[in-house]
Amino acid sequence: MRATAESIGPPAPPRPVEWVRKNLFNDWFNALLTIVSLGFLYFALVAIVRWALVTADWRPVTVSPLLFLVGQYPRDQLWRPGFSLLLSTFLIGMSWGVWERYVKAFAIFLGILLGVLALIPLETPTITFAVRAVFLVNPLLIYLGYRIGRLGAVKGRHVAMFWLIASVLMVLVLLPGYKNIPALTEVPTSAWGGLMVTLLLAVGGIVLSFPIGVLLALGRRSSLPVVKISSILFIEVVRGVPLVTILFMFSVILALFMPAESRIDRLIRALMAMVFFSAAYTAENVRGGLQAIPLGQVDAAKAVGLTNFHVTTLIVLPQALRMVIPAIVGQFISLFKDTTLVVIVGINDLLGIGGAVLNLSPEFVRLNMEVYLFIAVIFWIFSYFMSYASLQLEKALGVGER
Amino acid sequence: MTNLSKEENMRKLFSAMTAVVVLSLLAAACAPQPAPTVAPKVIETVVVTVEVPGETVITKPEAYGTILARVRERGKVVCGVHTELLGFGYLDANGRNIGFDIDLCRAVAAAVLGDPEAIETVPITAADRGPVLQTGEVDMVTRNMTWTSKRDAEWGNFTWIMFYDGQGFLVGKDSGIQTLQDMDGASVCVTSGTTTEKNLASAFADAGLTYEAVIFEKTSEVYSAYEEGRCDVATSDKSQLAAVRAGFAAPADHVILDLTISKEPLTPAVPTGDDQWFDIVKVVMWALINAEEYGVTSANVEEMKGSADAGVRTLLGVEGDWGYTTLGLDADALAKAITAVGNYGEIYDRYFGPEGIAFTFDRGLNELWSNGGMIYAPPIK
Amino acid sequence: MVTTEHLRERIPFWRDERVLRAAAQIISALVIIGFIYWMVVNFFEITQQRGMSLSYGFLKEPAGFPIAESYVPYDPTMSFGRAFLVGLINTLLVSVFGIVFSTLLGFVVGLARLSSNWLVSRIALAFIEFHRNIPLLVLLFLWYFGIFTRLPRVKESITLPGPIYINQRGLYLAWPRLTESGSIFLISVVIGVILAVTAWIVLRRIREVRGRETYFGWVSLGILILMPAIGWFGSGGAPLWVDVPVLQGFNFKGGLRLTPEFAALLVGLTTYTAAFIAEVVRAGIQAVQKGQVEAARAVGLRNNQVLGLIVIPQALRVVIPPLISQYLNLTKNSSLALTIGFQELFAVGKIAINQAGRAVPVFLMVMATYLALSLFTSLVLNIYNRRVQFIER
Repeated sequence: MRATAESIGPPAPPRPVEWVRKNLFNDWFNALLTIVSLGFLYFALVAIVRWALVTADWRPVTVSPLLFLVGQYPRDQLWRPGFSLLLSTFLIGMSWGVWERYVKAFAIFLGILLGVLALIPLETPTITFAVRAVFLVNPLLIYLGYRIGRLGAVKGRHVAMFWLIASVLMVLVLLPGYKNIPALTEVPTSAWGGLMVTLLLAVGGIVLSFPIGVLLALGRRSSLPVVKISSILFIEVVRGVPLVTILFMFSVILALFMPAESRIDRLIRALMAMVFFSAAYTAENVRGGLQAIPLGQVDAAKAVGLTNFHVTTLIVLPQALRMVIPAIVGQFISLFKDTTLVVIVGINDLLGIGGAVLNLSPEFVRLNMEVYLFIAVIFWIFSYFMSYASLQLEKALGVGER
Repeated sequence: MTNLSKEENMRKLFSAMTAVVVLSLLAAACAPQPAPTVAPKVIETVVVTVEVPGETVITKPEAYGTILARVRERGKVVCGVHTELLGFGYLDANGRNIGFDIDLCRAVAAAVLGDPEAIETVPITAADRGPVLQTGEVDMVTRNMTWTSKRDAEWGNFTWIMFYDGQGFLVGKDSGIQTLQDMDGASVCVTSGTTTEKNLASAFADAGLTYEAVIFEKTSEVYSAYEEGRCDVATSDKSQLAAVRAGFAAPADHVILDLTISKEPLTPAVPTGDDQWFDIVKVVMWALINAEEYGVTSANVEEMKGSADAGVRTLLGVEGDWGYTTLGLDADALAKAITAVGNYGEIYDRYFGPEGIAFTFDRGLNELWSNGGMIYAPPIK
Repeated sequence: MVTTEHLRERIPFWRDERVLRAAAQIISALVIIGFIYWMVVNFFEITQQRGMSLSYGFLKEPAGFPIAESYVPYDPTMSFGRAFLVGLINTLLVSVFGIVFSTLLGFVVGLARLSSNWLVSRIALAFIEFHRNIPLLVLLFLWYFGIFTRLPRVKESITLPGPIYINQRGLYLAWPRLTESGSIFLISVVIGVILAVTAWIVLRRIREVRGRETYFGWVSLGILILMPAIGWFGSGGAPLWVDVPVLQGFNFKGGLRLTPEFAALLVGLTTYTAAFIAEVVRAGIQAVQKGQVEAARAVGLRNNQVLGLIVIPQALRVVIPPLISQYLNLTKNSSLALTIGFQELFAVGKIAINQAGRAVPVFLMVMATYLALSLFTSLVLNIYNRRVQFIER
């Protein structure tokens, strides 16, 4: 028996030829598949690249990127969405500092994305130096927020409070403006558009639907029959109909149920519809979490003397919600994609602006593929990285491990 | 935790549901009647009934003076508009909403508030036009909207026809189509939910012809499909067809047939009930037309204030009362409107004239009555 | 000594759980019922003021609007009820075909993802990641506006042997249709199919129970061929005629036609849902214990036998529930058809509201129909699910 030192050790990585033989050509069927796939890939890629670089006319995209970002927001008031963006990224950086593992991937992705966007060499009159500067500052702000968040004095609840104040400030004061303040001229929500509206609807939808969803999930498990039946009815009905019908209901039918004098802003109506819809799905996700709590926990809590209310809020909910965070993030990603449906009720989100861009100039009318592909790429980038961040989040939470 | 048995649960469920049903029946039985609103200046509102099979249509009236007060308090006029129709309501490269219809809205804002930019344009789809007037979400709708008896009865008050149009057909020059009969079996693209759709169906049905309908939600999709060749014919108001044709890659390859299958008087509309606002918008429209008759342009308003013609002086508010006291406006409100957007001819030429920024469309019926067209307004005096 | 004095102490009523529960029930009932009452009162007040009728009588009135595609005869003079039926049939068609095709495609892609061939696995990954991360509406726009409307014009159709014509107005195929004497043939085909399926099930059962070969496959096949053949001759030898598409004037007439709207919707829905199904299938197959596969190989089963006899039946247990929710999503997503010009139920409802003005009755009808579809689908599939689950003690 010759046990030499060299024979023990990890196997060397396969040489390229061996790897190809093992992975691509290991039997005749696989060999055939490989050849067919390579042929298909070759033709497809050549056609796509040729189209993208030669035949495609990318002017609708390059002529006004700002339209895709903020829609029709008055160009002289752009400092307001700009400031909102800076504030948000700073807070994201702080969140990263405080809740490191959870937010890290997302924060880094955002920083890189905004930095790259700032540096894209696009010569259009609408992209001024100021706009580029605003984008470029963001990665720095994220880092700054991170360092501040790492300071011991800053705790999670501080950051949560900052988020609350910032959201109220942005959505209710900064962006819409107020009649009597000359610096903040009123910008009606019909002028908001583009990615700004998509993000507002998605984030607003998830944040506002979360408490409602939790209440519904608890209501479904309640032993009070009225509450239980109402919750079940709500959840099953909302989950059984398409989102377009709910959007339609809020934009057209709602007016019939409210007193004739009240007129709710169209964007708020769409947001309400998304909240309504998302609450039912969140309720089901949370219900899964609630069911996974062992009954022993509840019994022990009662034995210690906690009231029903305290059992729910101190014992059951914290554990259940931690378990469903990945599902909630998944819900957010799919809500983000579902916001495109507001096109049908006349709101100019990212997809709606695509339609408006096609009509900017008579020559753009035919350029459907370019514009929609561009929008698809934007959605893809956001979705993919949010999914990636969600995976990191799951790993950080230790979900699925015993 | 108590464990309610299944029967107890069922009983509770039934009693709850019975309660709900009983309460809703009660509510239905005693649905309160709307209380009549009394405002300082009450003009008798006439309830218009239209014989629609089995239905009496009553729209809820706004009181006299409420819309003007609301506009003044808000500081802007809210108009429901188009954002994707070249020439009438569309976005320029800065995202600003411009067009023939938008200028009418700006004229009203200039007259009422003194500032043509004091407007809020709300993009609405064709399906929204009625509901936004019924709910009063907008102060006026200037969106390429045809005046029909049913719409007047149900949606709101239609002010004054500012564009005489008709439904026509856009075909390829080499398709060989010249009459309706030539279109038998053709594919026709049309926007969903418009009178165009219904007129098309009835025109073909009356002539005993068949066609293949290709229906889209958005007007822009209709025309891009037509241009791609998805359908042989596109149908809409002739002005819309002209707008769209100007934007095609090869406009000369397409022709708008002379054939007109319906009357399409395009008219701005306001919510029902408030006669004062109705009169205000009407008089602004009249002013634009009268200005062209008198030769008053946005450039020479000041100069024309000293005109020898008493009619011009009254129009511009120098002397006399054209009704502004009752309407709650300034004497020179109309002058402000004309200064802001120009007279009818100027507005028309801005977008559709030989140097128009949108496309060229012969005035045709939209000429002044004195030049053989149908644009005619009552005198301002 | 243990006293029971404290047990007779009266619990103040604000801490007595029974009182609290009763109070909570009453308060919640009042709140919910009060809210519903308020909404209902407002609703009746407003509809009365607007003169909007709530009856369903309008369903008999002529619709007045055209529908681009209908699989039952329809023209604008027919009633609203008829228009809704057309919309419903369109929805069902798209949903059924979508479910079938997306399941097939989803299984293929899911298996490809697990393939030992690195290239195939990565191509499947690209497919899945692409479709999972873009919204369905964007995908539909890409397919319809980007691809299907860019096909060649009618006069320059792509012609394939068949004849099959592909152009921007659709796909046209030659299709067999029944002649007058063809009904006998149709009946014989139906009987043949029923008998063949019955024979398959019965003979297979007999084989399992008795243990002897019954050649159930061949017998079924024989019946399947024999019955229609009898019907063919019984109907005089010419029950079918071939409807060939011919270019007449502007469009092709005859044959079977697949419009670009329907095709784009079907392709978009299928590929989108297939990506999600592929992930579900992958999770299901990976959930099957490795020991099963090893044991199967040890017994000498070939790869495809392992897959078909061992892995997939067990994977189905894990796969079916999420698969059901994907099917439901597909059915609901079909409502996006209105954006690409295909009039299915929601689109018809929207047009009807626009043209007829009866917003609330129409809307309730549409929502109730979707609910019914969802409930029915999940009911049927849950029956299958129960059969496939582990039967635990």
